[in-house]
Amino acid sequence: MVALSLLLFLPLILGILAWGAERVRAGSANYMSLAGLGLLLVFFLSLQAESHLKLVWFARFNVYFSLYLDGLAQLMILLTLLLAVLAVLVSWREIRSNRGFFHFNLMFSLSGIIGVFLARDLFLFFLCWEVMLLPMTALILIWGHEGRRYAAFKFFIFTQASSLLMLIAIIGLALAQLSASGQYSFDMQALAKLDLPMASQWWLMLGFFIAFAVKLPCVPLHTWLPDAHTQAPTAGSVLLAGILLKTGAYGFIRILMPLFPEAAQAFSPLAVSLGVFSILYGALMAFSQNDFKRLVAYSSISHMGFILLALFSWHPLALQGAVLTMVAHGISSAALFCIAGMLQQRLHSRELSKMGGLWSSAPKMAALTLVFVMAGIGMPGLANFNGELLSLLGSYKIFPIHAMLAALAIIGSALYGLHLFQRAFQGPANQQVVDLDKRELTFCLLLLLALVYFGLQPQSLLQISEPWLQQLGQIATQVVRP
Amino acid sequence: MQDWLFLIPFIPFCSSILLMLFAGRINTLATSLLGVGSLAVSAVLTLLVGLEFYQQGAQSWQQSLFTWLELDGASIGFSLYLDQLSMLMMGVVCGVGFLIHWYAAAYMASDPHMPRFFAYMNLFVAAMLVLVLADNLVLLYLGWEGVGLCSFLLIGFWQQEKANARGARKAFVVTRIGDTALMLGLLMLFDLFASLSIGDILTQVPQLGVSNLDQKLLWICLLLLGGAVGKSAQLPLQTWLPDAMAGPTPVSALIHAATMVTAGVYLIARLHPLYLQVPLALEIVAWVGALTLVLAGLAALMQSDIKRVLAYSTMSQIGYMFLGLGVMAFDAAIFHLMTHAFFKALLFLCAGSIILKLHHQQDIFKMGGLARQLPKTSGLFLLGLLALVAVPGSAGFFSKEAILAGAWQASNPMLWYLGLFGALLTSLYSFRLYFLVCLGTPSFKGKTQDYGAASHFMLPLWILGGLALAGGYMAPQLAAVLPASPLEHPDLLAMWLPVGLALVGLLLAWWWFGPAKPPQPSTAAWAALLKDGLGFDRLYETLFTRPLLWFSRLNRRDGFDQLTWLMVWLNLNIHRLGTLTQNGQLRWYLAVMLAGGILMLGGLLWWR
Repeated sequence: MVALSLLLFLPLILGILAWGAERVRAGSANYMSLAGLGLLLVFFLSLQAESHLKLVWFARFNVYFSLYLDGLAQLMILLTLLLAVLAVLVSWREIRSNRGFFHFNLMFSLSGIIGVFLARDLFLFFLCWEVMLLPMTALILIWGHEGRRYAAFKFFIFTQASSLLMLIAIIGLALAQLSASGQYSFDMQALAKLDLPMASQWWLMLGFFIAFAVKLPCVPLHTWLPDAHTQAPTAGSVLLAGILLKTGAYGFIRILMPLFPEAAQAFSPLAVSLGVFSILYGALMAFSQNDFKRLVAYSSISHMGFILLALFSWHPLALQGAVLTMVAHGISSAALFCIAGMLQQRLHSRELSKMGGLWSSAPKMAALTLVFVMAGIGMPGLANFNGELLSLLGSYKIFPIHAMLAALAIIGSALYGLHLFQRAFQGPANQQVVDLDKRELTFCLLLLLALVYFGLQPQSLLQISEPWLQQLGQIATQVVRP
Repeated sequence: MQDWLFLIPFIPFCSSILLMLFAGRINTLATSLLGVGSLAVSAVLTLLVGLEFYQQGAQSWQQSLFTWLELDGASIGFSLYLDQLSMLMMGVVCGVGFLIHWYAAAYMASDPHMPRFFAYMNLFVAAMLVLVLADNLVLLYLGWEGVGLCSFLLIGFWQQEKANARGARKAFVVTRIGDTALMLGLLMLFDLFASLSIGDILTQVPQLGVSNLDQKLLWICLLLLGGAVGKSAQLPLQTWLPDAMAGPTPVSALIHAATMVTAGVYLIARLHPLYLQVPLALEIVAWVGALTLVLAGLAALMQSDIKRVLAYSTMSQIGYMFLGLGVMAFDAAIFHLMTHAFFKALLFLCAGSIILKLHHQQDIFKMGGLARQLPKTSGLFLLGLLALVAVPGSAGFFSKEAILAGAWQASNPMLWYLGLFGALLTSLYSFRLYFLVCLGTPSFKGKTQDYGAASHFMLPLWILGGLALAGGYMAPQLAAVLPASPLEHPDLLAMWLPVGLALVGLLLAWWWFGPAKPPQPSTAAWAALLKDGLGFDRLYETLFTRPLLWFSRLNRRDGFDQLTWLMVWLNLNIHRLGTLTQNGQLRWYLAVMLAGGILMLGGLLWWR
């Protein structure tokens, strides 16, 4: 189906159009992107799952332009598109300089992200992986806040260095395939059948692991994230927290685990420990922050730890929990970053110590923030709770001690969540701010509805992603646990 | 009629949402109508459902609304479960809740944020109803967290004050420690039973082999107990309750006396078959209760804030309930839960009236002589205190007697002694409170006026007063859910000893705090210790809070980030070293070239 490739190219074309439109008439890029994304969403919803496209690209190395849309990819792309709409809406007034180029970068990284979710060829995957990185760096570098240069370089170097390791691992895999069957191959399905000796599997797996763990991120490879999230413009933070982190998790699910099941199993005690450490360390660090966005950034690290824990315990329930957490965290952290952006626009500061008592002047914003914070700290009935519950229930069966330690995040999250909410909105009023306007209220309410809906009907998400998770579960049963 | 069960939590929930949406746009009357009216509807529905429930022979009954989660085939749904226990709890929550809402409509009438207040209160009632009606533990956990959230919001309702926000945070975080234990308990239960439906688990319990599961069951019971002590403010997680008094007084009456804090008792009673398998766990429950009831009673003796006296007293009475649970007098514990809800709600609401009349004065040493100035309120206050002291004939007498009778038959006589000592303490602090507040000469300026009998304030108080008197004759029937407590009564001496001790307490209180004595707080060191709640706050602060804050300050810049800086530093220095060689001086380049040549030649010769 050639239409599939449009998913990749349309955002790019849209970005160029928006750039051009802004030159013709100032302010039109916003409408252009919004309308384009709306059309893209409609187009995407008309596509059916399990469709694929395979075109020869570099015949000599057996590189194919190979895309595949299954339930899991559908879910992630849907989340991507929705958050992209949110990113456009939230930067409606925030971005004033170079608006056209801003939208171009936004859309450019969007097509990279969609490519990552669709690619079934490792070469294409790597290309898209890099494509989503560059415009994101530009977003931070050009439209970021006061420390943007440092943050952008740090983000770039961390991801670039780690993806270099992935590139080596990809080449290593292709070479292994060459010696096994006399042909190069970058096709994920073919490579999954490759029978590698444990030692080489181990090293190749590690290459992928580091790349994905940086993206996820997992402590101790996380230090780029607080800077990048804090310095990025709101739209950048929304995309970073909502989607970019999930590409790391997606890499684990789609590539690392099916390709190296034995090595992943052998590695799982360490990976799970790293996950638990991330959960607790992230929560603790979030508690010690005084910067609104930085706090949310560290809380993301804590949440991503749950994904690592859930994935590498490789229990069916935990895998479902990981997928739920991916979606739920995408919504809740994006929502909190939106609040942070709106506060920054009003107060020109992200310092919690300069806020306080904002409830009296902005009750709507306060109430919505409360709901988003509660979602983030795992209040049952909102989306994040389901993910955490399933992750814990599943991983307890494989790694009971780890799961018990991870459950301590219930306390840690309460600490940082209340720290955030109370410092900003309760106490004596230091500042007056304008409450949410109609545009802001609309997208905040939509986010709230999404959190409640997925909180009460998580099954709707799980049904979409079920086939791939079952496949993973089958792989797990074939591997003998060490 | 029973099909309307789901409406009972749903109506307050809807009204809460409506109040939140229209906050700031509706007037006081509409707010009261919506906030109190929704509870009235729920209470009426509870009555109707209850009537039908008992007409049909108290058959347990389930209502499934929709599926929430699929856990490996064990599906978790929004399903409500009605049996004698949840029926009783629902009655208490809706009945007492309605009366308190009614009172609150008058109490909060002048507050500009009244819609927000009633939104939280209604949401609380909805969450509490979900908690007691849940047919599975995940839904129960939803209610459990929901009431915690509402408690947080209501304690910090007057949020401009830093102290209120601090109290709210403390309540939320400390109970969340308990919640974590509860969650761990859920994990272990799911591992063991492959289900989280309460019915499934309880039917599987008797079929468990005892041998090697014992250890696991013990842990499960202890973890669930951890959740219960967090919510119910028992040792060692009791410290949040006194600070929770920062909230408006109707909140203290509803959440921190009548309903939420008894959720732990409900949880253990609901899951009692688990505890019956592990005698050690039951013993620990009993000891937690016994120790808490004595320690809280001691702390109540030295408080000077009227609400804090009542808070410690609540803690102590819930200690009795835990003691009852621990000695397997489950129905007695639930009975005491019910009567306590009546008289403690009455006490808090009377205290609220007094506080309001004295212009937000809460210090009992600045009250006095109110019996003459506020005869009706003082009379009702005394009535509540008499029920608290368990004077024969009052509601508290029957339920406390039943618990002590259970303790009498427990294997360890120490439990009974502690219960008796608690009775003495209860009487002591109750009468101290009454003497200081209502007798003696007034130590406040200005005149107070009593209310007319038809005032909003008074009617709920009269009803609650009636319940505090007659509640003892409405012993709940729980035989289908809970095993009957040991029936034979202890001998006459043991039965009347608590009453005698209460009398001793009255005399001692008269001796120490009677109107003849000038009202002033004791300044002795031990009194300060008791007033501080026996130093638990300070202990936890040095053990947990300070180290946490110290570490978070120390590591604010993230130690791992320093490693990145190390890399940066290394790179910069290598770069600097490299640039040092290029200084543009010809003689330097020549010298280096020569030195290099010599080194290479020398190296070659050497290696050969």
